[in-house]
Amino acid sequence: MTSVKKLELPAIGKELGKGLGFRKTGRESGGGSGSGVPVLGMAGSSGFRMLFRKELADHLNSKRLILIFALLIVTGAASLGGALSNLRDVISDVDSGFIFIKLFTTSGDAIYSFVTFLAFLGPLAGISLGFDAVCSERSQGTLIRLVSQPIYRDSIINAKFLAGSVTIALVVFSLGIAMGCFGLIFTGIPPSIEEICRILAFLLLTWVYISFWLGLSILFSVLCRHAATSALAAISVWLFFALFMDLVASGIANFIYPTSNIAGYENLLKNYTLNLGLNRLSPYYLFGEAAATILDPNVRTVNIVSQEQIAGAIAGYLPFGQSLLLIWPHLVAMIAFSMAGFAVAYICFMRQEIRA
Amino acid sequence: MTERTIIETHGLTKEYGPVTAVDKLSLCIEEGEVFGLLGPNGAGKTTTTLMLLGLTEPTCGTATIAGIDCTRNPIEVKKITGYLPDNMGFYPELTGRENLRVTGRINGLPEDVIEKRIEELLKRVNMTHAADKKVGTYSRGMKQRLGIADILIKDPKVIIMDEPTLGIDPEGIRELMALIRELSEKDGRTILISSHQLYQVQQICDRVGIFVKGRLIACGRIDELSKQLESEGNFLLELGAGPCDDRLEGILRGIDGVKDVTKVGEDLFSIQSGADIRNAAAQALLDNGYRLLHLHQRGNDLDEIYRRYFEKAGENREDGKHKREGGRLPFGNWKKVWPFDKRKKA
Repeated sequence: MTSVKKLELPAIGKELGKGLGFRKTGRESGGGSGSGVPVLGMAGSSGFRMLFRKELADHLNSKRLILIFALLIVTGAASLGGALSNLRDVISDVDSGFIFIKLFTTSGDAIYSFVTFLAFLGPLAGISLGFDAVCSERSQGTLIRLVSQPIYRDSIINAKFLAGSVTIALVVFSLGIAMGCFGLIFTGIPPSIEEICRILAFLLLTWVYISFWLGLSILFSVLCRHAATSALAAISVWLFFALFMDLVASGIANFIYPTSNIAGYENLLKNYTLNLGLNRLSPYYLFGEAAATILDPNVRTVNIVSQEQIAGAIAGYLPFGQSLLLIWPHLVAMIAFSMAGFAVAYICFMRQEIRA
Repeated sequence: MTERTIIETHGLTKEYGPVTAVDKLSLCIEEGEVFGLLGPNGAGKTTTTLMLLGLTEPTCGTATIAGIDCTRNPIEVKKITGYLPDNMGFYPELTGRENLRVTGRINGLPEDVIEKRIEELLKRVNMTHAADKKVGTYSRGMKQRLGIADILIKDPKVIIMDEPTLGIDPEGIRELMALIRELSEKDGRTILISSHQLYQVQQICDRVGIFVKGRLIACGRIDELSKQLESEGNFLLELGAGPCDDRLEGILRGIDGVKDVTKVGEDLFSIQSGADIRNAAAQALLDNGYRLLHLHQRGNDLDEIYRRYFEKAGENREDGKHKREGGRLPFGNWKKVWPFDKRKKA
């Protein structure tokens, strides 16, 4: 029988301390697997890298992603067709600049524009990537196996969010670029640098928007025991924001500032502002407003302006920088929403007791 | 081999609100031994193993493995400890080999070492034939064997197994027990098994700890435990005699030292006594013209030891009802998980 030498451990003070580089374990075991093997000291971070790679590979191989991607491509193609058929009418109007980006915002006779589709179906992509992230691992029993490995627990949920987010970025940017390419082929009008910048900013916005839904669905997957419950919860939030938030906001605004009587004239502005403010709590509305602003240089303001404020303004296009400045709060708010969703998921996950 | 303490707990306590799952557990496990932590469901065995792995924070007390604090430094503990939960899960869409590879990579092992170990371990747990099939198609026993290969990837010093025999057929259990024994004897690994399947654990454990309602009520070698009980004057005799009539029970009660007589079968009695009364009982029966059919001094098997410690701990009252229904087992619900009961009687 072999003697088992005591494992030499580096002097590690706190749980966060970790030895860098390679470390030899002074252990020899007879008959067991390879002895005296150098072990990576940073098991924590190698665990994160490994999990990230695994999650990303899982996403890219999953049928679910193919399904979502196919759905977005089909709706994208449909909206592009609609936009192409209506483009002539739109251009013959007052402004004839920025034709290329109109491909994204113009809707067909019976079909929504690409932006509207993304605002509505984007959440579905985020939810489908995240709704079973934690609870399926829990029900499979793989979660307990992961946490009993020498990795930090947060690397599990970080890897899940990051891998999902990277997948979303891949989907969004490839979809946007594909749309642009087809548009270029069909219209033959090359985009200007500014148009490209606007499109990239729009895609970035979309990425953040869908990442919010990913974070939210991961939160539900941490809280719910079953994947089905988690999916239902996430979908109900999505439908609420997409369909009912508007009704709720106007209901509350009308209740607080009624516009029906004579006194209603006084309240008109307040009513509108409150309605807008409440709507902006919804990421769906925020995304729609921001996308409309960044893709249309004619939009000069996102709030209500009085006649006297606008007096003297020269009609013209807003430069890219100014448009970006206009939607900056929207972008920040959406990043904050995503971070908040993920942070709550993170905290819940770290505090949860994982039992087999 | 020099005996050295590798797992040590001092006053380890875990409370879930008003419920105390583990109550001031102090335990020492020597290097290289197989230790069985025995107790009914809900006794706090799993909570204890979770605290040893740093997955749950103890309310108070400390636990160390190889001198490393399990709560403060769980990463280092998990590097040298393999944990086999009772329903070990794998990614069903990956093959057995790929699942092992994931674990190896998470542990930060170099690729060539991972491949070499996977090959060795698959052979060792006799899973080479199924290594490239998807885990979704595996049976429970195959998953369990893959689970053992999985925890051995990181070449742990300490292995903690939670109910390793649950849901495995007798043949599988025999193989598993041989493997566990081999891991301890050949590789010198320390193994902590938590289980309620006393019969199987009895065969392979060096020492056992009996764990009831969060408290360790007895700890030691199985023969030591049974001796300790006998020295305290607790004997249990199984006696069969015929013809069985009204007088028989009275005669048995009349024997010196008998504390209690219970009729457990057609002509079978269970006699509790303060001393060894085998001769006296046989004599008394012969003198009164009875035929001695069956005589068995109980106390060497673990479930008996367990039952008696359980009685000592004052759990008698609650489980008396179950005991009548469930025969010799202390819990009614044990019947469901106790495959050997009938066989042993037959």
